[in-house]
Amino acid sequence: MTTWEYAPAPESRDIANLKPGYRMFLDGEFVEGGGEPLKSINPATEEVLAEVSTADRDDVDRAVKAAGRAQERVWGPMPGAERAKYVYRIARLIAERARELAVLESLDNGKPIRESRDVDVPTASAHFFHHAGWADKLDFAGYGPDPRPLGVAGQVIPWNFPLLMAAWKIAPALACGNTVVLKPAETTPLTALVLAEIIQQAELPPGVVNVLPGAGDVGAAVVGHPGVHKVAFTGSTDVGKSIQRSLAGSGKKLTLELGGKAANVVFDDAPLDQAVEGIVNGIFFNQGHVCCAGSRLLVQESVAEEVLEKLHKRVATLRVGDPLDKNTDVGAINSREQLTKIQELVASGESEGAERWTSPCPVPDKGFFFAPTVFAGVSQAMRIAREEIFGPVLSVLTFRTPDEAVAKANNTPYGLSAGVWTEKGSRILWMADRLRAGVVWANTFNRFDPTAPFGGYRESGFGREGGRAGLEAYLDV
Amino acid sequence: MPETDTAAQPSTPAAGGTGSPPAFADAVRDETSLRRFLHGLPGVDAVGLEQRAAGLATRSIKKDSKLWAIDTAISMVDLTTLEGADTEGKVRTLCAKGRRPDPEHPDVPRVAAICVYPDMVATAVAALGDSGVGVASVATAFPSGRSSLRVKLADTAYAVETGATEIDMVIDRGAFLSGRYGQVFDEIRQVKAACGTAHLKVILETGELATPDNVRRASWLGLLAGGDFIKTSTGKVSPAATLPVTHVMLQAVHDWHAATGELRGVKPAGGIRTTKDAIRYLVAVHEVAGPAWLDPHLFRFGASSLLNDLLMQRRTQLQGHYSGPDYVTVD
Repeated sequence: MTTWEYAPAPESRDIANLKPGYRMFLDGEFVEGGGEPLKSINPATEEVLAEVSTADRDDVDRAVKAAGRAQERVWGPMPGAERAKYVYRIARLIAERARELAVLESLDNGKPIRESRDVDVPTASAHFFHHAGWADKLDFAGYGPDPRPLGVAGQVIPWNFPLLMAAWKIAPALACGNTVVLKPAETTPLTALVLAEIIQQAELPPGVVNVLPGAGDVGAAVVGHPGVHKVAFTGSTDVGKSIQRSLAGSGKKLTLELGGKAANVVFDDAPLDQAVEGIVNGIFFNQGHVCCAGSRLLVQESVAEEVLEKLHKRVATLRVGDPLDKNTDVGAINSREQLTKIQELVASGESEGAERWTSPCPVPDKGFFFAPTVFAGVSQAMRIAREEIFGPVLSVLTFRTPDEAVAKANNTPYGLSAGVWTEKGSRILWMADRLRAGVVWANTFNRFDPTAPFGGYRESGFGREGGRAGLEAYLDV
Repeated sequence: MPETDTAAQPSTPAAGGTGSPPAFADAVRDETSLRRFLHGLPGVDAVGLEQRAAGLATRSIKKDSKLWAIDTAISMVDLTTLEGADTEGKVRTLCAKGRRPDPEHPDVPRVAAICVYPDMVATAVAALGDSGVGVASVATAFPSGRSSLRVKLADTAYAVETGATEIDMVIDRGAFLSGRYGQVFDEIRQVKAACGTAHLKVILETGELATPDNVRRASWLGLLAGGDFIKTSTGKVSPAATLPVTHVMLQAVHDWHAATGELRGVKPAGGIRTTKDAIRYLVAVHEVAGPAWLDPHLFRFGASSLLNDLLMQRRTQLQGHYSGPDYVTVD
């Protein structure tokens, strides 16, 4: 018996070009905001990374007006083929500055560099590439000839994929001829501001994209501004509902991408080793801070014990720690607030009688960390089976028949995503027909591609992002 | 389809503890049970498998852990020459290299074994003496395996008699692909018996089995029949060893251990030429099978040019700069 410890292999934080201060991006320039500056911290060490200026109501007003002017005078009338060049340039610049963005994202968000490097940044770039291609082909998108843009898009994004969500929002808006006022999340504003730098570097006309950091009040001001014609929000169901209420009757077009409590359904004829990988990827990817995370594992009783055993063994190999270490699999929880919420829900799982298993992996004593946790013996009535935990915590339930699997999977107010694991093709289609979820993955999980529309229904929101379907949200159709 | 007389008979555990463990006594009772068992193994999803292999391949192994990996990899090399043009002289130089891979650095571990054709075994045994380096011989009408069982057993016996401590046999892929699992099983059994105390590595030739499902079934077939190692390839068919295929085989020996308590080995062979590749394999061994398999008794590399790259990288680690290919011996 031997032990092989992997030596630390940290990516250098110098690559992030971290500045002591960041300013908001308004009408083509970086300017001080009128709001109280916020401090963005590194969740892995709790140190302050940078001070970031925030917007006040006047800033929001100026930004929306700048975006309106840019839309009417420059960006809207511009031929699609010309807009495509700008969007394409953004894609290229993200790819060129990929390392810088990846390290900065891991510093600010706490996600492992392996994921920011291999998923977030390349997928963000891919979204701009994809939509650059659409800009001059909107006539053929299926919405009739010469579909028109909506105007100014007010966009509010979450902290779990700061750069990628910015890309999902900005790319289709620009390709369709809209201009943008974007509010990044309070805890993770840095990469969106570097994206603003890239947008400046790509020489987009002033006002086409504005980035206004701040807390929820700035977001509310953006979506409530009368000069905004389209609102796109990704975040919690509660906030989504209040936005929907506030926009009722305003005529603004709205898309919401909210929470989820996805079922990952494993049948006894599944490729079990890959199913275990899919379960791990489904819930421990990005510390479980994924709205479409496979947080409920539904496993057929006849293989439940075997799957659970394999799962424990596999989860125990996950390496929790320094997000900048290239060998880290699970990084830091994004904020103390989120960590507290996870701890509270895990405690409820224990007190409600579920069997808790937590990976014996070492966890750093500084920073916000939570070891991967699996609850067995979970029943539908428990809070950990119903509420979105948004952390590295998996609830395992069992089923006996396909009908029972469907009934349990659908027994949630959410409807964002689901997974099916079986070697039987006909059963995949049978399940996909019945699962009430916007995305159903078969024999895989958490796969994202700009060509594939993403979105949910019921309490997970409405509207699609990506693919041809995603264009509809930014066109007057 | 005509069955061979050996396959038609129910297999009985051979003497010397080479039989299947009690956990699988039912699985190997007869051809039908064997087929049912192998087809009852969970499937392998090729897309997920490749995703996992690619994900693990991004592990970054640096400094001390890299040096440890390099030394471990050197001690796992089955230094191989399997050419029609092999001569006694060539085999002797290879043996000298295997005993002392880097003459300027005597602390470099010796390789695990020298792997040759049966007629070169005697030469290798004489050249290696009591160095502790094993002599592995391919046998059973390597590489195609297309001959009679009689010839295959004679081939094995010849290698063992001349001093081979390890036998690398090939399975009959034709029989496997046409579903005659009993025949493959029995051949392995009989070759194992012919090996005596020599260790048996069962070459699946995964490049010809094509699907990961087949690789999983062949792995279990090899383990059930008593193979001490399962080995990916002969090196004569492309693709030879790949990371995804090795993942499936590592999972098989892991599951075998969980079911029986027995430790069996895995040997990827062919196409592993660089230290970077070798370390990716070791990471897979570490995280798929488990730390216990990081041992030359349980994991080998079938390779020829890999050794020199390992030696060059080892020097780089110790000296802090790259040297050239002329600073290691070409044998």
